[in-house]
Amino acid sequence: MSSWTAGAAAPIDAARTSSDRRHINRLGLLVGLGGITMLFAAFTSAYIVRSGGGDWAALELPPVLWMSTALIAASSLTLELARRAFQRGSLPSFRSWSAATAALGTGFLASQYAAWLSLNAAGIYLQSHPKSSFFFVLTGVHAVHLLAGVVALLALFGLAAAGRLVPGRSDAPTLTAIYWHFVGGLWIYLLAVLSLLG
Amino acid sequence: MEHEKQGFVSKYIFSFDHKMIGKQYFTLAMSMGFIGGILAVLIRLQLGFPSQPWPFLENLFPVGMASGIMTPEFYVSLFTMHGTIMVFFLLSLLPVSGFGNFLIPLQIGARDMAFPFLNMLSFWTVVPGAIIIIISFFVEGGAAASGWTAYPPLSAIRSAIPGSDAGQTLWLVGMIFFVASFTMGGLNFVVTILNLRTKGLRMMRMPLTTWAQFVVGILGLLSFPALAAGALLLTFDRSLGTSFFLPAGIFIGDTLMPHEGGTPLLWQHLFWFLGHPEVYIIMLPAMGFTSDILATFCRRPIFGYRSMVYAIMAIGTLSFLVWGHHMFVSGMSPFLGSLFVVTTLAIAIPSAVKAFNWLFTIARARIQFTSASLFGLGVVSLFVTGGLTGIFLGTNAVDIQLHDTYFVVGHFHFIMAGAGLFGAFGAVYYWYPKMFGRMLSERLGKIHFWITFVAYYAVFFPMHYLGVSGMMRRIYDPNVYEYLQPLQPVNLFITISAFVLFAGQLIFIYNYFASMRTGAPATANPWNAAGLEWSTPPHPGHGNWEGEIPPAHRWPYDYSEPGKKRDFTPQWEA
Repeated sequence: MSSWTAGAAAPIDAARTSSDRRHINRLGLLVGLGGITMLFAAFTSAYIVRSGGGDWAALELPPVLWMSTALIAASSLTLELARRAFQRGSLPSFRSWSAATAALGTGFLASQYAAWLSLNAAGIYLQSHPKSSFFFVLTGVHAVHLLAGVVALLALFGLAAAGRLVPGRSDAPTLTAIYWHFVGGLWIYLLAVLSLLG
Repeated sequence: MEHEKQGFVSKYIFSFDHKMIGKQYFTLAMSMGFIGGILAVLIRLQLGFPSQPWPFLENLFPVGMASGIMTPEFYVSLFTMHGTIMVFFLLSLLPVSGFGNFLIPLQIGARDMAFPFLNMLSFWTVVPGAIIIIISFFVEGGAAASGWTAYPPLSAIRSAIPGSDAGQTLWLVGMIFFVASFTMGGLNFVVTILNLRTKGLRMMRMPLTTWAQFVVGILGLLSFPALAAGALLLTFDRSLGTSFFLPAGIFIGDTLMPHEGGTPLLWQHLFWFLGHPEVYIIMLPAMGFTSDILATFCRRPIFGYRSMVYAIMAIGTLSFLVWGHHMFVSGMSPFLGSLFVVTTLAIAIPSAVKAFNWLFTIARARIQFTSASLFGLGVVSLFVTGGLTGIFLGTNAVDIQLHDTYFVVGHFHFIMAGAGLFGAFGAVYYWYPKMFGRMLSERLGKIHFWITFVAYYAVFFPMHYLGVSGMMRRIYDPNVYEYLQPLQPVNLFITISAFVLFAGQLIFIYNYFASMRTGAPATANPWNAAGLEWSTPPHPGHGNWEGEIPPAHRWPYDYSEPGKKRDFTPQWEA
């Protein structure tokens, strides 16, 4: 009885095996992506409702957005190459491809900032009209999510440098890649909303 | 073992143990609930004794109760913050975050949640949210005053009323913390339940409490992001000059606001897309607790287990399709309104399935009247009362008459607040032995139940009559209208009953804290219950089971099987 009440317990084995743990982490990520999807679904429905207002005005999207699109597409490609290099066990190749991805992602953020500046230069600001408001909000919230991806890549890079990423055991590169591809797809979706709806 | 050496900080503060995190949520939710209760007492003080001076209160609230008389601005802040605190920080945190964390691993046979670190993080994300909400009472202009629904333009224009300024800003910041915490928690619930069930515990063998928490996790993940989106857009409207929710032509005093083109209804849609699922986020766990408690104390298998599971799923699904019934008077197309009537009344079907299944579980059973089972029966009573008035409000033709009257206040205090609260109380009485290794005082528990039950009906039942008689929901002083003056005795009766209701809760708080030290030591399974959580030691440590995790050989409701010597067969026995 006393050993029952002493609070002693077996070691935590919630992560029973590494394949269980992998499944748990991936499911957790997918469920989290479901939450992010709902966030942007809510923004989209607000966008559609608001675009019915009398003061809705068209907005010429800055051409630099095509560069954003090219950068983010390329970054998904390089991250996929990094992930495959990791699975092959080639850590140097993994490090260079993931560094390239982080650079492309940073380039994407810079091109988004350039798009904001070019709108400002044309006299269009957040509060100018409803479509410009949505443009800044949607690109801003998306950029925050992409920034989180860049941070994840840097963490991955640090783990690899510290020798704590083990090919065949660590799933972090795949998790990061799933998130990254999702955020990339999200950009294509937002571009479609901004150019096709209203 | 390693965790025995844990210091105070890692054991009690930044703990990864789901049970400790659950208890941390209890403490936070009960503290917030106590504050929310005091706000309710102040609201009733004004309605029972309109504009009467209470000089001693001036010391506590020098602005809101200057010279002892409550100002209208303070009254508006009071009901805004009462609703916010009770809905989010008591009724969501206690049954979902508190009991969800505490019970899910115990009931499914897991050592901990799937993501213990995320779990700790989600608790420590909601704490600053709660602190910010409380602090907002003490900023200039006082706390937010646009109702718990934060409708623009009142919530969107900083100069609209005193509470629209700093108070509303802090409200939004606090809510963003809450949403972040709650979605992290929901993610953890879903992944844990899908992945960490012990051997033999098929989904269709899970206790209904865990089923409810599973659906609640999904609801939270899908609905709270809509509030996050709305809160972000509202913040932009407030501070950065956008016009998402603000139309042209709004005057504050003599000043024309620069906004144009926005629509306040957009906020209502975004808010209620969260707001209605939120009602079921509160209700479903209470339904789960009630099912588990009634089966144990009726010594009967829960009636219609499968239909209970399907009803939980149906309620969860339908909860996303009914938000428009909060907006019948917003000028929506009558055709759209009729669609929302149909989906709303459709919820009555799975709800009735649950109510009838409880009644069939109770019928002809030899009920053991414990504090827990009394509160379980209380849930059934409040749920039926509140459900029936829901049919009135869910029908747009009737709702247009009753909207924003005390009928609505009575209705939701029965079904969502009351049933949710009684479910949480029942759960505390039932699972307390597992939480602290000691029993609560049954004598105090029963006194607590009867005071709460009688006073609850005394407070909220007459509100339906007030509402039908035309008393407005947010009115500061009903006596300004001649036709409401004859109702003053009813308001006085409600106020006195509310004081009794509040005082009754002090018994519970005393029982809860005193029993941690003085309660009778609990055995591992004091109620002879069949669920897996009762196979743990009386006061389980981190990891929950000392040896192997027991497998589940059956569902958790094997009571009074014919031909067996014992009147229950635990889930973990072959």
